[in-house]
Amino acid sequence: MSEKKQLKAALFAAFPFTLPILAGFLFLGMSYGMLMASRGFSFLYPCLMALTIFGGSLEFVAATMLLGSFAPLQTFIAAFIIQARHLFYGISMLEKYKDTGLKKLYLIFGMCDESFSINYSVEIPKGVDKGWFMFFVTLLNQSYWVIGATTGGLIGSFITFKLYGLDFVMTSLFVVIFLEQWLKEKKHYTAVIGLFSSVVCLVLFGAEDFLIPTMVCIVGFLTIFRRPIEKEGGLL
Amino acid sequence: MSMTEQIITIAICVLATLLTRFLPFIIFRGNKPLPKYIQYLGKALPAAIFGMLVVYCLKNVNVTAYSFGIPELIAIVAVVTLHLWKRQMILSIAGGTIIYMLLIQLVF
Repeated sequence: MSEKKQLKAALFAAFPFTLPILAGFLFLGMSYGMLMASRGFSFLYPCLMALTIFGGSLEFVAATMLLGSFAPLQTFIAAFIIQARHLFYGISMLEKYKDTGLKKLYLIFGMCDESFSINYSVEIPKGVDKGWFMFFVTLLNQSYWVIGATTGGLIGSFITFKLYGLDFVMTSLFVVIFLEQWLKEKKHYTAVIGLFSSVVCLVLFGAEDFLIPTMVCIVGFLTIFRRPIEKEGGLL
Repeated sequence: MSMTEQIITIAICVLATLLTRFLPFIIFRGNKPLPKYIQYLGKALPAAIFGMLVVYCLKNVNVTAYSFGIPELIAIVAVVTLHLWKRQMILSIAGGTIIYMLLIQLVF
């Protein structure tokens, strides 16, 4: 296959998997852009932040940070904590992102929740180049977010949405990916550890602060139960 | 906050994000085989993470006040049912989302 054909095949194979994210990111990105506009920021802010940070939850928080007083160290700590879950994605993708050449840099840069989930769990169609497939998943997802955020910043808060509830597309996406993983694995130890840790930490620490304790619990349980998990086929 | 301070603040957010995304790849680079424990985590983490992401999406649902998380619950049951029935990712996601939107716009 010529290089051009190969790229095209990968793009076409990747696109359908990104459709839910197209809907979700355009909607959430626009909400974010409109929030920025309502706080008096030019559309360039959401646009550039979508391009460079590319992490929805942090960008929403940053919208508030930018209106506060200048506090570099606090900003760094808060940002790192909000984004810490990416450490887990990286560990999970060490093998999959191998041998993808220079594309690897962008694959890692653009590794948001959604791109990670799709690139980890999707079975790439036969004959399609793995590296380019994952590259296009990542690129398409980021472009949806950038387009959404920029558009939101441009139109400001003039338009009230009749699309209330569309953000549930993200929940549905993760439910489906979780379910797919569940159906594929023989034992559900790790899935149950994830659900259990998250729910307990959510109740104990509240919606704003539960991610870090959850991550600690997950690693703790996975380490304690490593032997039974490995022995009884708890891994894919 | 001045414009320069704003740019620095955004740059710090970028830096922190880059760090969380690149760190594992920087630590475990090269052709050395991965430590067994990290290999294990790489395989064991994803299912746990997907569970965490589902809960993360639902973190602001209040089960002690109206609407008690009922629309979310119904929509998730719909997603799961659709998916077990047809196993078409797009159908399950679209179906669940539309049901959720109808529920919160018209019913709850």
